[in-house]
Amino acid sequence: MELPGEVVAWFADPANWTGTNGVPNRLVEHLRLSGISMLVAALIALPIGLAIGHTGRGGFLAVIVANLGRAVPSYALLLVFLPIFGLGDAAAFPALVLLAIPPILVNAYTGLREVDRDLVEAGRGMGMTELQLLLQVELRAAAPVIIAGLRIAAVAVVATATLAALVAGGGLGRYIADGFGLRREDRLVAGALLVALLALIVERGFTFLERRTLLPGDPRRPSAADLAPAPRADIG
Amino acid sequence: MPVAATVEFRNVTKRYDVRAKGTPGAVNDLSLSVPAGKICVLVGPSGCGKTTSLKMVNRLIEPTSGQILIDGVDAATREVTELRRGIGYVIQQVGLFPHQSIAANVATVPRLLGWPQARQRERAEELLGIVGLDPARYRDRYPAQLSGGERQRVGVARALAADPPIMLMDEPFGAVDPIVRERLQNEFLRLQEELAKTILFVTHDIDEAIKMGELVAVLEVGGKLAQFGPPDEILASPASVFVARFVGADRGLKRLSLSRVRDLDLRLPAIARVGEDCAEARRRAAADPFPYLLLVDDQSRPIGWIPDQDVPPSGSLTEAMAVPMSPLLNRRTTLKDALSLLLDADVQAGIVVDRAGAAMGLVTMEMLAERMRETAGDPRFSPPPEPIDEEPGAAEAIGA
Amino acid sequence: MIRWEWITSNASQLVEATLDHLALTAVAVSVGFAISFLLSIVIVRQRRLASAITGTAGVLYTIPSLALFAFLVPFTGLSFLSAQIGLVSYTLLILIRNIVAGLDGVPADVREAADGMGYGPARRFLSVELPLAMPLIIAGLRIATVTTIGLVVVAAVIGQGGLGQVMVRGFNFRNDTAVYTGAVLIVVLAIMADLLLAGIGRLVTPWARARGS
Repeated sequence: MELPGEVVAWFADPANWTGTNGVPNRLVEHLRLSGISMLVAALIALPIGLAIGHTGRGGFLAVIVANLGRAVPSYALLLVFLPIFGLGDAAAFPALVLLAIPPILVNAYTGLREVDRDLVEAGRGMGMTELQLLLQVELRAAAPVIIAGLRIAAVAVVATATLAALVAGGGLGRYIADGFGLRREDRLVAGALLVALLALIVERGFTFLERRTLLPGDPRRPSAADLAPAPRADIG
Repeated sequence: MPVAATVEFRNVTKRYDVRAKGTPGAVNDLSLSVPAGKICVLVGPSGCGKTTSLKMVNRLIEPTSGQILIDGVDAATREVTELRRGIGYVIQQVGLFPHQSIAANVATVPRLLGWPQARQRERAEELLGIVGLDPARYRDRYPAQLSGGERQRVGVARALAADPPIMLMDEPFGAVDPIVRERLQNEFLRLQEELAKTILFVTHDIDEAIKMGELVAVLEVGGKLAQFGPPDEILASPASVFVARFVGADRGLKRLSLSRVRDLDLRLPAIARVGEDCAEARRRAAADPFPYLLLVDDQSRPIGWIPDQDVPPSGSLTEAMAVPMSPLLNRRTTLKDALSLLLDADVQAGIVVDRAGAAMGLVTMEMLAERMRETAGDPRFSPPPEPIDEEPGAAEAIGA
Repeated sequence: MIRWEWITSNASQLVEATLDHLALTAVAVSVGFAISFLLSIVIVRQRRLASAITGTAGVLYTIPSLALFAFLVPFTGLSFLSAQIGLVSYTLLILIRNIVAGLDGVPADVREAADGMGYGPARRFLSVELPLAMPLIIAGLRIATVTTIGLVVVAAVIGQGGLGQVMVRGFNFRNDTAVYTGAVLIVVLAIMADLLLAGIGRLVTPWARARGS
């Protein structure tokens, strides 16, 4: 089959590595969109998640957010926001933020809830303020779960950013969208490969971080938090 | 199926691959024979192979060598699930099926055997009644709704369902608190009086072994049989230092728990009724060696003691003259419990009453001491005296 | 902004799209479940294969759906098959994890008691282990189903029907109503599927309800 050959040729072609439509630029666009969305989402979701996780009150909020997050497909979100924000990256941005919020919030909440109560009590007993407790004890103990939430969100965002291209945005999804539109299979597959690779790298990266923050003696068994991988990308 | 079967271990050995971690204790050339209808207790410290031996009977673990014969037939030659359906099995955590009702749990083996539904239901209800659970209340409940003691009873009922000739019980009462445990033990013993099944019972608790067993097999670490015989023999004549240590330095006391008040030669001391003439009573009291007069009511129920010299020379006896009653014992009370009661009340004697509460005999400390002496037997081994600087509990690492 | 007349006049197309959507979901989840179930049994019997199997499922899960569909198109075209291959791949990780966790969650003493009473291995699996694994299996099915409903939307890109198609066409023709309607219907569908499966779950596990009464 000539397809593999064509794809290799596509990658070998220097024209595909320069300019607006070159891989580096598209990659940067993709990462920028993903990164900013993640940042904003984290700025919203982390404080809320940590607050309700620390106090233990408002857990129902976490449940609602989790269920909503699971039920609403991100692609649909994208399409819904378009008429409001027009075409381009701007349209994708709110959808991506909304997409990323549930996993970050829910995991921040559950992570804190699952912290060993004895640790917390010991800290309080030693005279730590609530903020100190949160920052010095709970956060450290809950780190793996919180990072898992960030991981799930990041992968979802990177993957859905791919879809942004379909609504006339940029990023690596552009190759796939163009590939479909122009019936150019080499570009299509090349784009797919790049996107898949990026997603896997992001996932592995966060997983590595996650493992690094595990407290010694933590049995690395999937907890309830990641038994239910939250709405991934584009799946919604 | 016959009511009870014989079980025989012939040179049974179980060896595990030394490299494998966390494997249960091995068993070394175990040979013993359990006659039909008896309770045989396997007892010993952790790692002595008692549970392993038990599990080789229903082949949850297969012996490395040797044979286990059930009614003369080698268990290894029988089809394994058919074998197991003919053996009752009770374990410590019970293992009730959480997703089935109590009735369904109890009827498990009948169901596996293909009994008709109606008969399954009947049998389940009958058994629940036998183990002391009201069928109407418990039949449709789920295991999660029952307490530990109730679950344990259901476990026993389940094991009895298909009326197996043999029962295997692995620390069945270990997971409940001592009060519940004692009740379960007593009820089970009463049940066994009716059912007379052959029972192999594993425990690490020597007191439970003495109480429950008609035959006791003491195993030591490494799976060797240290002694096999009736509980009294184990206590009176331990066959080795290990056995002597394992049964404990208080084995004389333990032996007291094997006898009951009814085994004693009971006589009444001098007795008088309320309202009786004092002079007459005083005469009777003086004639009796025991220095107290027992005051009873018109139904012979004990009220209290009057020291012989305090009986007034004239007039009638009244309740106020008597010192309140010391412990009341009944004929079933073990001698060990009797001793305990007397010591707690700080008295020298207790009164034995019958079911109606009427006085029927006297038990004194001296009688108990005499009893210990006369059945002492011939101890071939007494444990050497413990050096004073040894850490308390270190010797008990054998783990009674 | 919402043109209700559009909705009413296109009601039958909407219904058809919804049914298409459901069909795509049902097929994918069923096939995914069958495959996952078999793989789970393999994992439970041969732990050594566990990381290989779940690792592969994990990679499949991480690959963005658009990329996955893009990979498939040159080989299987813009077809129902392409969509199904992609959709099924996404269900694997969730279902395998949950089925295995469910089976592993059966308490050891229950298993021992079953063996001791004379349950053969097959009967033990069917009568004891499977029922007790149900809560987690159903949970996995719920997540897989809701996830797939969302994914089917993307399948619109490769020409498959369903509510995604409604939204995309609406988008292309600047028909906001269609876009919103599609979105709402998808969410409703997902919630209803979730509730339905939850209800089935409760029916199938009467003992879980009886806790502590």
